[in-house]
Amino acid sequence: MLGPNVAWYLAIAAVLFGIGALGVLVRRNTLVVLLSLELMLNAGNLALISLARHWHNGAGQIFALAVMAVAASEVCVGLGLVVALNRRELSLDVDTLSELRG
Amino acid sequence: MILASAGNVLVWLVWVVAAFSCLASGVAVVTFSNPFYSALALIGNLGSLAVMYLLLSAEFVAAAQVLVYAGAVVVMFLFVIAYVGPRRETPWSGGPSWQTFGAVAAAGALLVEIVVAVGMQASGSLSHETKVGADFGTPAWIGRVFLVDHLLAFEITSVVLLIAAVGGVILGTHTRRPDLEKTV
Repeated sequence: MLGPNVAWYLAIAAVLFGIGALGVLVRRNTLVVLLSLELMLNAGNLALISLARHWHNGAGQIFALAVMAVAASEVCVGLGLVVALNRRELSLDVDTLSELRG
Repeated sequence: MILASAGNVLVWLVWVVAAFSCLASGVAVVTFSNPFYSALALIGNLGSLAVMYLLLSAEFVAAAQVLVYAGAVVVMFLFVIAYVGPRRETPWSGGPSWQTFGAVAAAGALLVEIVVAVGMQASGSLSHETKVGADFGTPAWIGRVFLVDHLLAFEITSVVLLIAAVGGVILGTHTRRPDLEKTV
């Protein structure tokens, strides 16, 4: 394999996952939380594809495509929620959306 | 021999550029205060990830990444951000400062946990060289693997996408308050 070892790709995936997790935990804007979630899903995809290349196994790439479809579904529902919140003139701040809190 | 090492240096160079822009745009997504710029930074992140997928000989997944993410998902994000309008009232981080500190510590702990888990589990087996065939990751190969070996996953994916589309339409059109219904 030309270029870097698979461990380098896994390191990038881990750091990207950490950045995404930081965004989900720290940011309050619902849209930015969704964008950070995309970062985490992409980090998982990078790890799947690099290990698929490493073990010469196609299931990793198939799983990455399935993750992509799930991410698209998640964005569809999440942005639907944002539009519904905006229609009811509610704030998009995740800290104020605590009506379902038990 | 000289040609092979020159190719190796070139691949390393492309990888370093892609990895740097991937991490930099990831940090930009999290730190920009305007969500519009965050969504634009996500496009750079997805593009550099697609370059890395190409280096990992996953051509079809790289193309699907650009089409599905940069073409559909980010454009949908940009439309919704434009629809919602600028939201200046949402601050960068919430709660008291110890909460922000705790969130940063939790994200760092998660990162350390991933690195330790992967390193302990697979540190020895990650260094050996692997050769893949020329057709690994091409659309024809993906199609064969997807529609022969993983047909059930393919069908379930389509059902998940259909349900999500229906849910998005219901969430976007339905409102229970009649006074708001009239104004729309």
